[in-house]
Amino acid sequence: MPATVSGMTAVHDTTTGEPLHDVRLRVNDVWQEARVPARRLLSDFLRHDLRLTGTHVGCEHGVCGACTVLLDGAPVRSCLLLAVTVSGQSVTTVEGLGSPEAMHPVQQAFRECHGLQCGFCTPGFLTTAAAYLAQHPSPTEAEAREAISGNLCRCTGYQNIVRSVLRAAEIARERTPSASDR
Amino acid sequence: MGKRDFPTRMRQDHRVKPSPFGYAAPATVEEALAVLAQVGDDAKVLAGGQSLLPILNMRLAAPAHLVDVNRLRELAYVRAEEGGVRVGALARHVDVERSVPAYDALPLLRQALQLVAHPVIRNRGTTVGSLAHADPSGEMTAVLALTGGSVVAARRGSTRTVAAADFFLGPLESALEPGELAVSAFFPSFPARTGTTFLEVARRHGDYAVCGLAAAVTLAADGTVTAARASYISVGGTPVVIDFTELLAGSAPDESGWHAAGELARQQVEPEADIHASADYRRHLVGVLTRRALGEAAGRAA
Repeated sequence: MPATVSGMTAVHDTTTGEPLHDVRLRVNDVWQEARVPARRLLSDFLRHDLRLTGTHVGCEHGVCGACTVLLDGAPVRSCLLLAVTVSGQSVTTVEGLGSPEAMHPVQQAFRECHGLQCGFCTPGFLTTAAAYLAQHPSPTEAEAREAISGNLCRCTGYQNIVRSVLRAAEIARERTPSASDR
Repeated sequence: MGKRDFPTRMRQDHRVKPSPFGYAAPATVEEALAVLAQVGDDAKVLAGGQSLLPILNMRLAAPAHLVDVNRLRELAYVRAEEGGVRVGALARHVDVERSVPAYDALPLLRQALQLVAHPVIRNRGTTVGSLAHADPSGEMTAVLALTGGSVVAARRGSTRTVAAADFFLGPLESALEPGELAVSAFFPSFPARTGTTFLEVARRHGDYAVCGLAAAVTLAADGTVTAARASYISVGGTPVVIDFTELLAGSAPDESGWHAAGELARQQVEPEADIHASADYRRHLVGVLTRRALGEAAGRAA
């Protein structure tokens, strides 16, 4: 269990005097730790403290979806979570979905279907779609649209993103015999 | 790419957005109530944080203390009880939405929850937190009001139950007092042969509703209306409940009745204008949505 229970913090920031908390997170299957103020957002914790800049920060009030990560497998807005709150839990960022050599079906589909242009919103779409497809392997087009309705894209007009989600479902089904690589 | 560096200024203090606050993450309800009693009135309870964090990030609020209740696993429950559904303070919207016993006891919960923001927000946000936030456009406030539910508020040494009618005092203002924690909410079931629905109009799916309502219609064995009520969001400072029973009781569940109810509702509400919609448009929606919702609810009442 994380040691961030009330009154247990004795460490303070040397310049600001602000109390600091030890946050321990399992990020993409690796335990990582940093000492941060309670007000550190999970999005900033990932980007600034762990230097995992794949998670993008857009609106910082939960509207755009760019910062979506998976918390114990479920998509959440990392800008609407304090890192200290989720200490002890597992986080998957876009870096953890796949690699250039072994792309996640969603990543492969976004590349095949031109599902991104500037790419700023893409990490949020990838994590959201990956979690959705894990639970709904054969969505209709309407369901695919609904699944990504909480994410904003200012470039694509969404058509190719919807296509990408549907294609990702296909790829995942094609890969099913050897599904162990996810 | 390698490791990116950031300007020193950014590394030091610009990477946090909310103002500083004292933070406590109690492990039990008892401990949480002790902390709340100790920190006084400049404190906020953090549950899902899906409404609180935006406010903190934008520094619209800067509470001196945050009491994080996310470790109070004892409050993470959704239970069908005698006469209704009890939801603990740490039940996420998604838990309530997916609960089969809750759906069986009160389908309106799921009907409303599917309109609460987006699935990603519902993964984290809590139903009791939505009630405590008392946003007049919050769907669950209307559900609590329509069902005549209640909220259990605990403080160190005592607990009280606040009826829905007394719980919502104004926009973003609930009856919770400093030192209190909303530990659960109770949503009573409707009588047999009651149908319900939740309808709303929003600029985009998942956005705050310009106007919305929860509706319940109860039919007699002979198919006539015995009760009809609706609870509206985004047309007042608190959820607005209108009872159509006097108007519709004994009549057949048909368009003319729903139309009359729509007219009555239009006259009773006093919506305000904002950047999303004029007062007139909201009033128009109240009429149209009332008609549709009562018809849909009656159709499910068989």
